[in-house]
Amino acid sequence: MNSFWALVRRDLRLAVREGGAIGTALGFFLIVVSLMPLGLGPDLNLLARIAAGILWIALLLAALLSLNRIFEADYEDGTLDVLATGHLPLELVATAKSLAHWLTTGIPLALLAPVLGILLNLDLASYPILVGTTFVGTPAVSFLGAIGAALTVKARRGGLLLALVVLPLYVPTLIFGISAVSAAAGPAGMGAAFLILAAISLAAVVLGPIAAAAALRIQLQ
Amino acid sequence: MDLGPHAAFIWISYAAVAVVVTGLIGWLLLDGRKQAAALEALEKRGIRRRSSASAE
Amino acid sequence: MQTLTQQLANPTRFMDLSARVLPWVAGIAAALIVYGLYLSFFDSPADYQQGETVRIMYIHVPCAWLSMMVYGLIAVSSFGLLVFRHPLADVSAKAAAPIGAAFTFLALLTGSLWGKPMWGTYWVWDARLTSVLILFFLYLGLIALRAAFEDESAGAKLTAVLALVGVTILPIIKFSVNWWNTLHQPSTDFTATVDPSMRWPLLVMALGFTLLFFAMHLKAMRNEVLRRRVKAMRTQAVAGRDRLATQPAE
Repeated sequence: MNSFWALVRRDLRLAVREGGAIGTALGFFLIVVSLMPLGLGPDLNLLARIAAGILWIALLLAALLSLNRIFEADYEDGTLDVLATGHLPLELVATAKSLAHWLTTGIPLALLAPVLGILLNLDLASYPILVGTTFVGTPAVSFLGAIGAALTVKARRGGLLLALVVLPLYVPTLIFGISAVSAAAGPAGMGAAFLILAAISLAAVVLGPIAAAAALRIQLQ
Repeated sequence: MDLGPHAAFIWISYAAVAVVVTGLIGWLLLDGRKQAAALEALEKRGIRRRSSASAE
Repeated sequence: MQTLTQQLANPTRFMDLSARVLPWVAGIAAALIVYGLYLSFFDSPADYQQGETVRIMYIHVPCAWLSMMVYGLIAVSSFGLLVFRHPLADVSAKAAAPIGAAFTFLALLTGSLWGKPMWGTYWVWDARLTSVLILFFLYLGLIALRAAFEDESAGAKLTAVLALVGVTILPIIKFSVNWWNTLHQPSTDFTATVDPSMRWPLLVMALGFTLLFFAMHLKAMRNEVLRRRVKAMRTQAVAGRDRLATQPAE
Protein backbone atom coordinates (compact mmCIF):
# COMPACT_ATOMS: atom_id res chain seq x y z
CA MET A 1 0.00 0.00 0.00
CA ASN A 2 2.97 2.26 0.59
CA SER A 3 3.79 2.50 -3.08
CA PHE A 4 0.13 3.28 -3.78
CA TRP A 5 0.17 6.33 -1.53
CA ALA A 6 3.61 7.27 -2.80
CA LEU A 7 2.16 7.35 -6.30
CA VAL A 8 -0.80 9.47 -5.15
CA ARG A 9 1.57 11.88 -3.37
CA ARG A 10 3.80 12.08 -6.44
CA ASP A 11 0.85 12.96 -8.67
CA LEU A 12 -0.41 15.54 -6.19
CA ARG A 13 3.01 17.13 -5.98
CA LEU A 14 3.31 17.21 -9.77
CA ALA A 15 -0.11 18.81 -10.10
CA VAL A 16 0.66 21.43 -7.48
CA ARG A 17 4.09 22.28 -8.91
CA GLU A 18 2.81 22.55 -12.45
CA GLY A 19 -0.25 24.37 -11.21
CA GLY A 20 -1.48 25.36 -14.66
CA ALA A 21 -3.71 22.37 -15.15
CA ILE A 22 -5.91 23.00 -12.11
CA GLY A 23 -6.09 26.66 -13.03
CA THR A 24 -7.20 25.84 -16.57
CA ALA A 25 -10.04 23.62 -15.39
CA LEU A 26 -11.22 26.18 -12.83
CA GLY A 27 -10.95 29.03 -15.32
CA PHE A 28 -12.88 27.09 -17.92
CA PHE A 29 -15.59 26.31 -15.36
CA LEU A 30 -15.83 30.00 -14.43
CA ILE A 31 -16.02 31.15 -18.05
CA VAL A 32 -18.66 28.61 -19.13
CA VAL A 33 -20.86 29.47 -16.16
CA SER A 34 -20.53 33.21 -16.76
CA LEU A 35 -21.31 32.84 -20.46
CA MET A 36 -24.59 31.04 -19.72
CA PRO A 37 -26.55 34.09 -18.47
CA LEU A 38 -25.20 36.07 -21.44
CA GLY A 39 -26.75 33.48 -23.72
CA LEU A 40 -29.94 32.87 -21.78
CA GLY A 41 -30.73 36.40 -20.65
CA PRO A 42 -30.41 37.94 -17.19
CA ASP A 43 -33.76 36.66 -15.87
CA LEU A 44 -32.88 35.64 -12.30
CA ASN A 45 -35.87 33.36 -11.86
CA LEU A 46 -34.97 31.37 -14.96
CA LEU A 47 -31.34 31.19 -13.90
CA ALA A 48 -32.25 29.98 -10.42
CA ARG A 49 -34.34 27.22 -11.90
CA ILE A 50 -31.63 25.89 -14.21
CA ALA A 51 -28.62 26.74 -12.03
CA ALA A 52 -27.97 23.14 -10.94
CA GLY A 53 -28.02 21.97 -14.54
CA ILE A 54 -25.66 24.67 -15.74
CA LEU A 55 -23.23 24.06 -12.89
CA TRP A 56 -23.15 20.31 -13.47
CA ILE A 57 -22.72 20.56 -17.23
CA ALA A 58 -19.98 23.18 -16.91
CA LEU A 59 -18.29 21.04 -14.26
CA LEU A 60 -18.31 18.01 -16.54
CA LEU A 61 -16.89 20.02 -19.45
CA ALA A 62 -14.18 21.51 -17.26
CA ALA A 63 -13.28 18.07 -15.93
CA LEU A 64 -13.23 16.69 -19.47
CA LEU A 65 -10.60 19.26 -20.36
CA SER A 66 -8.27 17.89 -17.70
CA LEU A 67 -8.84 14.14 -18.20
CA ASN A 68 -6.03 13.56 -20.71
CA ARG A 69 -3.64 14.69 -17.99
CA ILE A 70 -4.28 11.48 -15.99
CA PHE A 71 -2.09 9.23 -18.12
CA GLU A 72 -0.69 11.24 -21.03
CA ALA A 73 2.46 12.76 -19.53
CA ASP A 74 3.39 9.50 -17.82
CA TYR A 75 2.87 7.60 -21.04
CA GLU A 76 4.99 10.00 -23.05
CA ASP A 77 8.00 10.04 -20.73
CA GLY A 78 7.88 6.28 -20.15
CA THR A 79 6.89 6.43 -16.47
CA LEU A 80 3.86 4.31 -17.24
CA ASP A 81 6.05 1.51 -18.65
CA VAL A 82 8.03 1.52 -15.43
CA LEU A 83 4.86 1.48 -13.34
CA ALA A 84 3.45 -1.37 -15.44
CA THR A 85 6.48 -3.54 -14.74
CA GLY A 86 6.58 -2.62 -11.05
CA HIS A 87 5.04 -4.72 -8.27
CA LEU A 88 1.97 -2.50 -7.89
CA PRO A 89 -0.87 -3.96 -10.01
CA LEU A 90 -1.84 -1.71 -12.89
CA GLU A 91 -5.38 -1.53 -11.49
CA LEU A 92 -4.01 0.15 -8.36
CA VAL A 93 -1.83 2.44 -10.47
CA ALA A 94 -4.97 3.52 -12.30
CA THR A 95 -6.79 3.94 -8.98
CA ALA A 96 -3.98 6.09 -7.59
CA LYS A 97 -3.91 8.29 -10.67
CA SER A 98 -7.71 8.66 -10.76
CA LEU A 99 -7.71 9.47 -7.05
CA ALA A 100 -5.04 12.10 -7.60
CA HIS A 101 -7.12 13.54 -10.44
CA TRP A 102 -10.14 13.70 -8.16
CA LEU A 103 -8.16 15.43 -5.42
CA THR A 104 -6.58 17.96 -7.77
CA THR A 105 -9.48 18.63 -10.14
CA GLY A 106 -12.71 17.15 -8.77
CA ILE A 107 -12.46 18.77 -5.35
CA PRO A 108 -11.40 22.24 -6.58
CA LEU A 109 -14.29 22.18 -9.08
CA ALA A 110 -16.70 21.03 -6.36
CA LEU A 111 -15.48 23.86 -4.13
CA LEU A 112 -15.88 26.43 -6.87
CA ALA A 113 -19.41 25.25 -7.80
CA PRO A 114 -21.27 26.90 -4.88
CA VAL A 115 -19.36 30.15 -5.45
CA LEU A 116 -20.49 30.19 -9.06
CA GLY A 117 -24.00 29.37 -7.80
CA ILE A 118 -24.15 32.97 -6.61
CA LEU A 119 -23.77 34.16 -10.21
CA LEU A 120 -26.76 32.02 -11.16
CA ASN A 121 -28.98 33.09 -8.27
CA LEU A 122 -29.07 29.54 -6.93
CA ASP A 123 -31.65 29.07 -4.19
CA LEU A 124 -29.99 29.49 -0.80
CA ALA A 125 -31.46 26.25 0.58
CA SER A 126 -29.89 24.33 -2.29
CA TYR A 127 -26.29 25.21 -1.35
CA PRO A 128 -25.61 22.36 1.08
CA ILE A 129 -27.12 19.88 -1.35
CA LEU A 130 -25.16 21.27 -4.28
CA VAL A 131 -21.93 20.96 -2.31
CA GLY A 132 -22.94 17.45 -1.25
CA THR A 133 -23.75 16.25 -4.75
CA THR A 134 -20.66 17.73 -6.34
CA PHE A 135 -18.44 16.11 -3.70
CA VAL A 136 -20.20 12.76 -4.01
CA GLY A 137 -20.51 12.90 -7.80
CA THR A 138 -17.03 14.07 -8.83
CA PRO A 139 -15.34 10.73 -8.03
CA ALA A 140 -17.49 9.21 -10.78
CA VAL A 141 -16.27 11.98 -13.09
CA SER A 142 -12.61 11.21 -12.38
CA PHE A 143 -12.82 7.41 -12.31
CA LEU A 144 -15.06 7.05 -15.40
CA GLY A 145 -12.96 9.68 -17.11
CA ALA A 146 -9.87 7.60 -16.43
CA ILE A 147 -11.34 4.88 -18.66
CA GLY A 148 -11.57 7.31 -21.56
CA ALA A 149 -8.13 8.74 -20.82
CA ALA A 150 -6.60 5.25 -20.77
CA LEU A 151 -8.37 4.20 -23.97
CA THR A 152 -7.10 7.21 -25.90
CA VAL A 153 -3.55 7.45 -24.54
CA LYS A 154 -2.05 6.31 -27.83
CA ALA A 155 -4.80 7.49 -30.16
CA ARG A 156 -4.52 10.02 -32.93
CA ARG A 157 -6.68 13.13 -32.31
CA GLY A 158 -7.17 11.97 -28.74
CA GLY A 159 -8.92 15.07 -27.40
CA LEU A 160 -12.15 15.00 -29.37
CA LEU A 161 -12.26 11.22 -29.21
CA LEU A 162 -11.99 11.37 -25.43
CA ALA A 163 -15.10 13.57 -25.27
CA LEU A 164 -17.06 11.24 -27.54
CA VAL A 165 -16.07 8.19 -25.52
CA VAL A 166 -16.57 9.65 -22.06
CA LEU A 167 -19.64 11.87 -22.31
CA PRO A 168 -22.18 9.02 -22.76
CA LEU A 169 -20.70 7.40 -19.65
CA TYR A 170 -21.38 10.61 -17.71
CA VAL A 171 -25.12 10.60 -18.39
CA PRO A 172 -26.17 8.85 -15.14
CA THR A 173 -23.88 11.08 -13.06
CA LEU A 174 -25.26 14.19 -14.69
CA ILE A 175 -28.90 13.15 -14.30
CA PHE A 176 -28.68 12.16 -10.66
CA GLY A 177 -26.40 15.05 -9.76
CA ILE A 178 -28.94 17.52 -11.09
CA SER A 179 -32.06 15.73 -9.89
CA ALA A 180 -30.67 15.50 -6.35
CA VAL A 181 -30.38 19.28 -6.29
CA SER A 182 -33.67 20.08 -7.96
CA ALA A 183 -35.66 17.37 -6.18
CA ALA A 184 -34.45 18.58 -2.80
CA ALA A 185 -37.03 21.40 -2.92
CA GLY A 186 -39.90 19.09 -3.88
CA PRO A 187 -41.78 16.52 -1.84
CA ALA A 188 -39.96 13.60 -3.46
CA GLY A 189 -36.91 14.64 -1.49
CA MET A 190 -33.30 14.38 -2.51
CA GLY A 191 -32.63 11.17 -0.61
CA ALA A 192 -33.06 8.62 -3.36
CA ALA A 193 -31.29 10.57 -6.11
CA PHE A 194 -28.43 11.43 -3.77
CA LEU A 195 -27.97 7.82 -2.71
CA ILE A 196 -28.04 6.62 -6.31
CA LEU A 197 -25.43 9.23 -7.18
CA ALA A 198 -23.27 7.85 -4.37
CA ALA A 199 -23.81 4.31 -5.68
CA ILE A 200 -22.75 5.41 -9.18
CA SER A 201 -19.59 6.94 -7.76
CA LEU A 202 -18.76 3.78 -5.84
CA ALA A 203 -19.39 1.62 -8.91
CA ALA A 204 -17.18 3.95 -10.96
CA VAL A 205 -14.38 3.62 -8.41
CA VAL A 206 -14.46 -0.14 -8.97
CA LEU A 207 -15.17 -0.28 -12.71
CA GLY A 208 -12.95 2.62 -13.77
CA PRO A 209 -9.54 1.28 -12.67
CA ILE A 210 -10.27 -2.24 -13.97
CA ALA A 211 -11.20 -0.98 -17.43
CA ALA A 212 -8.46 1.64 -17.46
CA ALA A 213 -5.83 -0.94 -16.49
CA ALA A 214 -7.05 -3.28 -19.24
CA ALA A 215 -6.81 -0.45 -21.76
CA LEU A 216 -3.33 0.53 -20.59
CA ARG A 217 -2.07 -3.04 -20.73
CA ILE A 218 -3.12 -3.31 -24.38
CA GLN A 219 -1.20 -0.17 -25.31
CA LEU A 220 1.91 -0.80 -23.24
CA GLN A 221 2.67 -4.15 -24.85
CA MET B 1 -54.41 3.08 -50.66
CA ASP B 2 -55.43 5.91 -48.36
CA LEU B 3 -53.03 6.45 -45.53
CA GLY B 4 -54.89 9.33 -43.97
CA PRO B 5 -53.66 12.84 -43.23
CA HIS B 6 -50.18 11.72 -42.20
CA ALA B 7 -49.32 9.67 -45.27
CA ALA B 8 -46.18 11.72 -45.92
CA PHE B 9 -44.66 10.72 -42.59
CA ILE B 10 -45.32 7.06 -43.28
CA TRP B 11 -43.83 7.23 -46.76
CA ILE B 12 -40.78 9.17 -45.61
CA SER B 13 -40.17 6.63 -42.84
CA TYR B 14 -40.32 3.68 -45.18
CA ALA B 15 -38.29 5.49 -47.82
CA ALA B 16 -35.59 6.39 -45.31
CA VAL B 17 -35.30 2.80 -44.16
CA ALA B 18 -35.21 1.63 -47.78
CA VAL B 19 -32.50 4.15 -48.69
CA VAL B 20 -30.29 3.33 -45.72
CA VAL B 21 -30.71 -0.43 -46.09
CA THR B 22 -29.99 -0.36 -49.84
CA GLY B 23 -27.06 1.90 -49.15
CA LEU B 24 -25.66 -0.59 -46.65
CA ILE B 25 -26.19 -3.53 -48.99
CA GLY B 26 -24.61 -1.64 -51.88
CA TRP B 27 -21.62 -0.67 -49.77
CA LEU B 28 -21.17 -4.27 -48.59
CA LEU B 29 -21.35 -5.66 -52.12
CA LEU B 30 -18.97 -3.06 -53.55
CA ASP B 31 -16.54 -3.54 -50.69
CA GLY B 32 -16.67 -7.30 -51.17
CA ARG B 33 -15.95 -6.93 -54.85
CA LYS B 34 -13.08 -4.56 -54.13
CA GLN B 35 -11.44 -6.95 -51.69
CA ALA B 36 -11.93 -9.93 -54.00
CA ALA B 37 -10.38 -7.99 -56.88
CA ALA B 38 -7.41 -6.95 -54.76
CA LEU B 39 -6.93 -10.54 -53.67
CA GLU B 40 -7.06 -11.77 -57.24
CA ALA B 41 -4.57 -9.15 -58.42
CA LEU B 42 -2.15 -10.20 -55.70
CA GLU B 43 -2.55 -13.86 -56.56
CA LYS B 44 -1.94 -13.09 -60.23
CA ARG B 45 1.37 -11.52 -59.27
CA GLY B 46 2.26 -14.89 -57.81
CA ILE B 47 1.92 -13.95 -54.17
CA ARG B 48 0.46 -16.75 -52.12
CA ARG B 49 -0.86 -16.83 -48.61
CA ARG B 50 1.42 -18.61 -46.23
CA SER B 51 -1.25 -21.17 -45.37
CA SER B 52 -2.02 -22.09 -48.99
CA ALA B 53 1.66 -22.10 -49.94
CA SER B 54 2.53 -24.62 -47.27
CA ALA B 55 -0.46 -26.78 -48.16
CA GLU B 56 0.81 -27.40 -51.67
CA MET C 1 -16.21 -32.73 -30.09
CA GLN C 2 -15.65 -29.28 -31.41
CA THR C 3 -18.35 -26.70 -30.95
CA LEU C 4 -19.37 -24.51 -33.84
CA THR C 5 -17.50 -21.51 -32.40
CA GLN C 6 -14.32 -23.55 -32.15
CA GLN C 7 -14.65 -24.74 -35.73
CA LEU C 8 -15.20 -21.19 -36.92
CA ALA C 9 -11.87 -20.18 -35.40
CA ASN C 10 -10.41 -21.25 -38.72
CA PRO C 11 -11.10 -18.36 -41.13
CA THR C 12 -11.01 -20.62 -44.19
CA ARG C 13 -13.69 -22.80 -42.69
CA PHE C 14 -15.68 -19.71 -41.83
CA MET C 15 -15.43 -18.49 -45.42
CA ASP C 16 -16.65 -21.86 -46.75
CA LEU C 17 -19.52 -22.11 -44.30
CA SER C 18 -20.63 -18.50 -44.61
CA ALA C 19 -20.59 -18.70 -48.41
CA ARG C 20 -23.07 -21.56 -48.18
CA VAL C 21 -25.26 -20.00 -45.48
CA LEU C 22 -25.35 -16.41 -46.71
CA PRO C 23 -27.68 -16.85 -49.74
CA TRP C 24 -30.20 -18.69 -47.59
CA VAL C 25 -30.21 -16.10 -44.81
CA ALA C 26 -30.47 -13.26 -47.33
CA GLY C 27 -33.22 -15.04 -49.27
CA ILE C 28 -35.35 -15.82 -46.23
CA ALA C 29 -34.83 -12.26 -44.94
CA ALA C 30 -35.97 -10.79 -48.25
CA ALA C 31 -39.02 -13.07 -48.38
CA LEU C 32 -40.01 -12.26 -44.80
CA ILE C 33 -39.61 -8.53 -45.34
CA VAL C 34 -41.68 -8.60 -48.53
CA TYR C 35 -44.37 -10.60 -46.74
CA GLY C 36 -44.11 -8.30 -43.72
CA LEU C 37 -44.47 -5.21 -45.91
CA TYR C 38 -47.57 -6.70 -47.49
CA LEU C 39 -49.02 -7.45 -44.05
CA SER C 40 -48.19 -4.05 -42.63
CA PHE C 41 -49.77 -2.13 -45.48
CA PHE C 42 -52.66 -4.30 -46.65
CA ASP C 43 -53.43 -6.83 -43.99
CA SER C 44 -53.37 -4.92 -40.73
CA PRO C 45 -55.91 -2.50 -39.32
CA ALA C 46 -55.37 1.18 -38.64
CA ASP C 47 -55.07 1.96 -34.95
CA TYR C 48 -58.25 3.31 -33.36
CA GLN C 49 -56.25 6.11 -31.78
CA GLN C 50 -53.31 6.71 -34.10
CA GLY C 51 -54.96 5.91 -37.40
CA GLU C 52 -52.70 4.92 -40.27
CA THR C 53 -49.61 6.35 -38.62
CA VAL C 54 -49.29 3.15 -36.64
CA ARG C 55 -47.83 1.59 -39.80
CA ILE C 56 -44.54 3.31 -39.00
CA MET C 57 -44.34 0.94 -36.03
CA TYR C 58 -43.64 -2.01 -38.34
CA ILE C 59 -40.27 -0.60 -39.32
CA HIS C 60 -39.54 1.47 -36.24
CA VAL C 61 -39.76 -1.39 -33.74
CA PRO C 62 -37.51 -3.79 -35.75
CA CYS C 63 -34.88 -1.05 -36.08
CA ALA C 64 -35.07 -0.28 -32.37
CA TRP C 65 -34.82 -3.99 -31.56
CA LEU C 66 -31.79 -4.35 -33.83
CA SER C 67 -30.10 -1.32 -32.29
CA MET C 68 -30.05 -3.15 -28.97
CA MET C 69 -29.45 -6.68 -30.25
CA VAL C 70 -26.46 -5.58 -32.33
CA TYR C 71 -24.91 -3.85 -29.33
CA GLY C 72 -25.39 -7.09 -27.41
CA LEU C 73 -23.69 -8.98 -30.22
CA ILE C 74 -20.77 -6.53 -30.19
CA ALA C 75 -20.46 -6.97 -26.43
CA VAL C 76 -20.43 -10.78 -26.74
CA SER C 77 -17.88 -10.59 -29.56
CA SER C 78 -15.72 -8.22 -27.51
CA PHE C 79 -15.84 -10.65 -24.62
CA GLY C 80 -14.86 -13.43 -27.02
CA LEU C 81 -11.89 -11.37 -28.20
CA LEU C 82 -10.59 -10.31 -24.80
CA VAL C 83 -11.18 -13.55 -22.90
CA PHE C 84 -10.98 -16.37 -25.46
CA ARG C 85 -8.96 -14.53 -28.14
CA HIS C 86 -11.24 -15.99 -30.76
CA PRO C 87 -9.84 -14.93 -34.16
CA LEU C 88 -13.25 -14.14 -35.61
CA ALA C 89 -14.55 -12.24 -32.57
CA ASP C 90 -12.98 -8.97 -33.59
CA VAL C 91 -14.02 -9.44 -37.22
CA SER C 92 -17.57 -9.84 -35.92
CA ALA C 93 -17.41 -6.80 -33.62
CA LYS C 94 -15.87 -4.59 -36.31
CA ALA C 95 -18.36 -5.68 -38.96
CA ALA C 96 -21.38 -5.19 -36.68
CA ALA C 97 -20.62 -1.65 -35.47
CA PRO C 98 -21.48 0.40 -38.60
CA ILE C 99 -24.55 -1.72 -39.35
CA GLY C 100 -25.75 -1.36 -35.77
CA ALA C 101 -25.17 2.39 -35.91
CA ALA C 102 -27.19 2.59 -39.14
CA PHE C 103 -30.16 0.76 -37.59
CA THR C 104 -29.93 2.91 -34.47
CA PHE C 105 -30.03 5.97 -36.67
CA LEU C 106 -33.08 4.56 -38.47
CA ALA C 107 -34.79 3.85 -35.14
CA LEU C 108 -34.26 7.49 -34.16
CA LEU C 109 -35.38 8.82 -37.53
CA THR C 110 -38.54 6.72 -37.79
CA GLY C 111 -39.29 7.39 -34.13
CA SER C 112 -39.08 11.09 -34.73
CA LEU C 113 -41.23 10.85 -37.88
CA TRP C 114 -43.76 8.88 -35.86
CA GLY C 115 -43.59 11.45 -33.11
CA LYS C 116 -44.49 14.44 -35.28
CA PRO C 117 -48.09 13.37 -36.01
CA MET C 118 -48.51 11.75 -32.58
CA TRP C 119 -46.89 14.22 -30.22
CA GLY C 120 -46.98 17.24 -32.51
CA THR C 121 -43.20 17.58 -32.56
CA TYR C 122 -40.35 15.74 -34.20
CA TRP C 123 -38.39 15.25 -31.05
CA VAL C 124 -39.53 14.78 -27.50
CA TRP C 125 -37.15 13.92 -24.74
CA ASP C 126 -39.00 10.71 -24.19
CA ALA C 127 -37.10 8.22 -22.08
CA ARG C 128 -36.81 5.71 -24.89
CA LEU C 129 -35.78 8.14 -27.61
CA THR C 130 -33.20 9.59 -25.26
CA SER C 131 -31.67 6.23 -24.37
CA VAL C 132 -31.52 5.24 -28.03
CA LEU C 133 -29.79 8.55 -28.77
CA ILE C 134 -27.16 7.78 -26.14
CA LEU C 135 -26.81 4.28 -27.58
CA PHE C 136 -26.14 5.94 -30.94
CA PHE C 137 -23.35 8.00 -29.32
CA LEU C 138 -21.87 4.79 -27.91
CA TYR C 139 -21.83 3.29 -31.41
CA LEU C 140 -20.10 6.40 -32.76
CA GLY C 141 -17.57 6.12 -29.95
CA LEU C 142 -16.80 2.52 -30.87
CA ILE C 143 -16.31 3.37 -34.55
CA ALA C 144 -14.22 6.47 -33.84
CA LEU C 145 -12.03 4.73 -31.27
CA ARG C 146 -11.23 1.93 -33.68
CA ALA C 147 -10.41 4.41 -36.44
CA ALA C 148 -7.97 6.28 -34.21
CA PHE C 149 -5.38 3.52 -34.01
CA GLU C 150 -2.90 2.56 -36.68
CA ASP C 151 -2.15 -0.68 -34.87
CA GLU C 152 -5.24 -2.70 -35.77
CA SER C 153 -4.90 -5.29 -33.06
CA ALA C 154 -4.52 -2.67 -30.30
CA GLY C 155 -7.47 -0.72 -31.72
CA ALA C 156 -9.55 -3.88 -31.75
CA LYS C 157 -8.84 -4.74 -28.13
CA LEU C 158 -9.37 -1.17 -26.92
CA THR C 159 -12.68 -0.98 -28.76
CA ALA C 160 -13.63 -4.26 -27.09
CA VAL C 161 -12.85 -2.75 -23.67
CA LEU C 162 -15.05 0.23 -24.48
CA ALA C 163 -17.86 -2.03 -25.71
CA LEU C 164 -17.79 -3.97 -22.45
CA VAL C 165 -17.71 -0.79 -20.37
CA GLY C 166 -20.66 0.45 -22.42
CA VAL C 167 -22.66 -2.69 -21.87
CA THR C 168 -22.16 -2.49 -18.09
CA ILE C 169 -23.18 1.14 -18.03
CA LEU C 170 -26.12 0.87 -20.47
CA PRO C 171 -28.60 -0.46 -17.87
CA ILE C 172 -27.65 2.40 -15.54
CA ILE C 173 -28.08 4.90 -18.37
CA LYS C 174 -31.47 3.40 -19.19
CA PHE C 175 -32.50 3.53 -15.55
CA SER C 176 -31.29 7.10 -15.08
CA VAL C 177 -33.02 8.32 -18.22
CA ASN C 178 -36.29 6.76 -17.05
CA TRP C 179 -35.88 8.44 -13.69
CA TRP C 180 -35.05 11.79 -15.28
CA ASN C 181 -38.00 11.50 -17.66
CA THR C 182 -40.60 10.83 -14.96
CA LEU C 183 -39.18 13.81 -13.13
CA HIS C 184 -39.79 16.12 -16.06
CA GLN C 185 -42.83 14.83 -17.91
CA PRO C 186 -45.38 12.06 -17.70
CA SER C 187 -44.28 8.96 -19.49
CA THR C 188 -45.68 8.59 -22.99
CA ASP C 189 -46.21 4.89 -22.91
CA PHE C 190 -48.63 4.25 -25.72
CA THR C 191 -47.20 1.13 -27.26
CA ALA C 192 -47.43 -0.87 -24.07
CA THR C 193 -50.00 -3.26 -25.47
CA VAL C 194 -50.12 -4.30 -29.08
CA ASP C 195 -53.28 -5.78 -30.55
CA PRO C 196 -52.90 -9.36 -31.91
CA SER C 197 -53.87 -8.17 -35.40
CA MET C 198 -50.77 -5.97 -35.36
CA ARG C 199 -48.56 -8.37 -33.44
CA TRP C 200 -48.25 -10.83 -36.33
CA PRO C 201 -47.05 -8.32 -38.97
CA LEU C 202 -44.73 -6.83 -36.37
CA LEU C 203 -43.28 -10.24 -35.58
CA VAL C 204 -42.73 -11.04 -39.27
CA MET C 205 -41.01 -7.71 -39.84
CA ALA C 206 -38.85 -8.08 -36.73
CA LEU C 207 -37.76 -11.55 -37.80
CA GLY C 208 -37.13 -10.35 -41.36
CA PHE C 209 -35.00 -7.43 -40.16
CA THR C 210 -33.07 -9.66 -37.78
CA LEU C 211 -32.23 -12.07 -40.60
CA LEU C 212 -31.42 -9.11 -42.84
CA PHE C 213 -28.95 -7.94 -40.23
CA PHE C 214 -27.37 -11.37 -39.98
CA ALA C 215 -27.02 -11.52 -43.76
CA MET C 216 -25.34 -8.10 -43.77
CA HIS C 217 -23.19 -9.06 -40.84
CA LEU C 218 -22.00 -12.25 -42.54
CA LYS C 219 -21.20 -10.32 -45.70
CA ALA C 220 -19.35 -7.64 -43.76
CA MET C 221 -17.40 -10.32 -41.89
CA ARG C 222 -16.46 -11.99 -45.16
CA ASN C 223 -15.28 -8.64 -46.53
CA GLU C 224 -13.23 -8.06 -43.40
CA VAL C 225 -11.59 -11.49 -43.61
CA LEU C 226 -10.70 -10.78 -47.25
CA ARG C 227 -9.36 -7.33 -46.34
CA ARG C 228 -7.08 -8.87 -43.72
CA ARG C 229 -5.87 -11.47 -46.22
CA VAL C 230 -5.07 -8.75 -48.75
CA LYS C 231 -3.23 -6.78 -46.10
CA ALA C 232 -1.23 -9.80 -44.95
CA MET C 233 -0.32 -10.65 -48.55
CA ARG C 234 0.76 -7.08 -49.29
CA THR C 235 3.12 -7.00 -46.32
CA GLN C 236 4.41 -10.39 -47.38
CA ALA C 237 4.97 -9.12 -50.91
CA VAL C 238 6.86 -6.09 -49.63
CA ALA C 239 8.99 -8.30 -47.40
CA GLY C 240 9.72 -10.58 -50.36
CA ARG C 241 10.77 -7.66 -52.54
CA ASP C 242 13.09 -6.39 -49.84
CA ARG C 243 14.74 -9.77 -49.71
CA LEU C 244 15.24 -9.77 -53.48
CA ALA C 245 16.59 -6.23 -53.42
CA THR C 246 19.25 -7.09 -50.87
CA GLN C 247 20.41 -10.26 -52.62
CA PRO C 248 22.77 -8.75 -55.24
CA ALA C 249 24.68 -6.96 -52.50
CA GLU C 250 25.53 -10.21 -50.84
